[in-house]
Amino acid sequence: MKIMNMVNAINDALDIKLAEDKSVIVYGEDVGVEGGVFRVTEGLQQKYGAERVFDSPLAESGIVGTAIGMAVAGMRPVVEMQFCGFVYPAFNQIISHASRMRNRSRGQLETPMVIRMPYGGGINALEHHSESMEAIFGHIPGLKVVAPSTPHDAKGMLISAIESNDTILFMEPKRIYRAIKQEVADGKFTIPLGKANVLNQGKDVTIVSFGAMIREVQKAMVMAKEAGISVELIDLRSIYPIDRETIAKSVKKTGRIITVTEGPKSFGLGAEISQIAIEEAFLHLEAPPARVSGFDVIVPLPKGEHHYMQDPYKIFYEIEKIVKY
Amino acid sequence: MFNEYNPIDKKVFQIIDDKGKVINKAMMPAVSDEKLLKAYKDMLFARTADLQIVSYQRQGRIYTYPPNYGQEAISGAVGAIIGENDWLVPAFREMGAMLAKGVTLKELFLYFMGYEDGSKFQNAKKTLPISVPIASQLLHAAGIGYEIKYNKKDEVVFAFVGDGGTSEGDFHEAINFAGVWKVPVIFIIQNNQYGISTPTRMQTASESLAIKAVAYGVKGIKVDGNDYFAMYKAVEESVKACKNGEGPVLIEAVTYRKGAHTTSDDPTKYRTKEEEQQWESKDPLRRLKLYLEAKKLWSEKEEEKILPQYKEEVDRQFIEAENYGPYPKEDVFKFLYAEMPDDLKEQEKEYERFLQWKASKVK
Repeated sequence: MKIMNMVNAINDALDIKLAEDKSVIVYGEDVGVEGGVFRVTEGLQQKYGAERVFDSPLAESGIVGTAIGMAVAGMRPVVEMQFCGFVYPAFNQIISHASRMRNRSRGQLETPMVIRMPYGGGINALEHHSESMEAIFGHIPGLKVVAPSTPHDAKGMLISAIESNDTILFMEPKRIYRAIKQEVADGKFTIPLGKANVLNQGKDVTIVSFGAMIREVQKAMVMAKEAGISVELIDLRSIYPIDRETIAKSVKKTGRIITVTEGPKSFGLGAEISQIAIEEAFLHLEAPPARVSGFDVIVPLPKGEHHYMQDPYKIFYEIEKIVKY
Repeated sequence: MFNEYNPIDKKVFQIIDDKGKVINKAMMPAVSDEKLLKAYKDMLFARTADLQIVSYQRQGRIYTYPPNYGQEAISGAVGAIIGENDWLVPAFREMGAMLAKGVTLKELFLYFMGYEDGSKFQNAKKTLPISVPIASQLLHAAGIGYEIKYNKKDEVVFAFVGDGGTSEGDFHEAINFAGVWKVPVIFIIQNNQYGISTPTRMQTASESLAIKAVAYGVKGIKVDGNDYFAMYKAVEESVKACKNGEGPVLIEAVTYRKGAHTTSDDPTKYRTKEEEQQWESKDPLRRLKLYLEAKKLWSEKEEEKILPQYKEEVDRQFIEAENYGPYPKEDVFKFLYAEMPDDLKEQEKEYERFLQWKASKVK
């Protein structure tokens, strides 16, 4: 056991996989010498050499497109998009090839690769550095989209992602890269992708969230507890495949569901999860499913960002409303 | 050769003229008569198939198809050289190279009839499926090139794109990455003068497409793509350079798309009969045939004898494809993930329930 933040944990996962599997390589913008703008890959080039951990030319489509080629040829590339907001030039490669190669070739070719991508707001960043666009990627057939909320999960989920034969979009909540520290087991362990984690048992309302928002929900839960409201908290861990079973089971118990996500509201993850609740637990519902999400606006620059972000009060506001419904 | 034909000097690499006469003896590749004859026959077979597919399409027996007509020497030369362990990264107008890798006509038919099974390539190793999003496949080639270099393999990648594709960002990124990484990829631009209806001069202000190689710091050459010998020599030298660790090569193969962009396209809207006529004397099969005839390696008589056999073979494989059978519904679902997610399984089951319900309703 070692005390780690998420940056350390991701680095540890990469280190373990680089050490045990020669087909694993790591590249992206500034990930080599500098160790990444968030220092996630720090020290790995020194340890594994510039052939396995390196700086690529500054071109996101190029990074993902070449990784697809490496993957069909038998490698397991782990590439970094420097920020979620920079992934769009690579979107064509993700949606037109990475997610389709197995289907297109009827199972003859696979693209086992991981696209790591820091996402989300709350870090006083420039434009294009604060988005949470999980819904766009969750909508792509053939792609898996996951996001850890703790250092422990980040390590176990990333190892699973690297070992998966699918293309995994690994969204890293950069707001809590260093904000949460916990004991993380030494050596290799995996956390299965596609399974949610019930972080807190409760009876009055289910909250489904993921990534950096989990911490905000936990703060809201303290207020709820004081108000005598019992919250069941589900950390989704995986956007797609989504764990319908865990959501359904919880809503059947509590009768109420709130989703807490950072992305824009319309056509977002909240709508998908609400629909799951309706399909799976319609007769158990005591109130309409509620969404705490971003507005349908561009994430404001730092001085205005607090209007956009979900804080514990916004979440508690919805908890109070849904319980009183 | 790459120094002598540096694209900056505006030269076009040619070995035979329009009459099939050798005009560049010094560069003539050493190809045995037997291999040469095989190459011609392969090109003739590809052309026969190609023309027949267009007529099947007109009969409503196959969907949209992009013909190779007039461009056969490019794929023909690659097909004669590509090894079992070399990779082929096609765009969608490389029938000859695909057949050479072991892809069957039947598979190509299946693909254009609407079966993904046509991209299984059961006898062709290291061949990517047809790539529809223009130029995007070139990056895969650069990535495969990295794998070859990383694992110190004695292989090369052949990657194709059209003249229109050179305007895409991925074209730039692919050659740039391959150049920086110095990986063994041969990028071949089939400059057939048009991207659907848009002429090459509207794609770029560059002197040529090959000259782009200069800026990327990689080898480049502009080749008469309708000259089988020139294409063969250029590909042969490119393979040598790649295997020698000299990095990627960019070949601009100048050719002419005698057919339409696809069977849905009407070239009379954007080009003239006169222009088409001018290219007729440059036809790659015609030129190679004149050469072979002059050397008494081939005759009109032999061609007349062999063509019906080819047509029969094309027909045989086409009919096999036509009788392929229904599209199994499970094939819609099962290839997206290594293991099918529960939700997708449920979608498939619900579809099954619907089909049963429908069967009970529809008489």
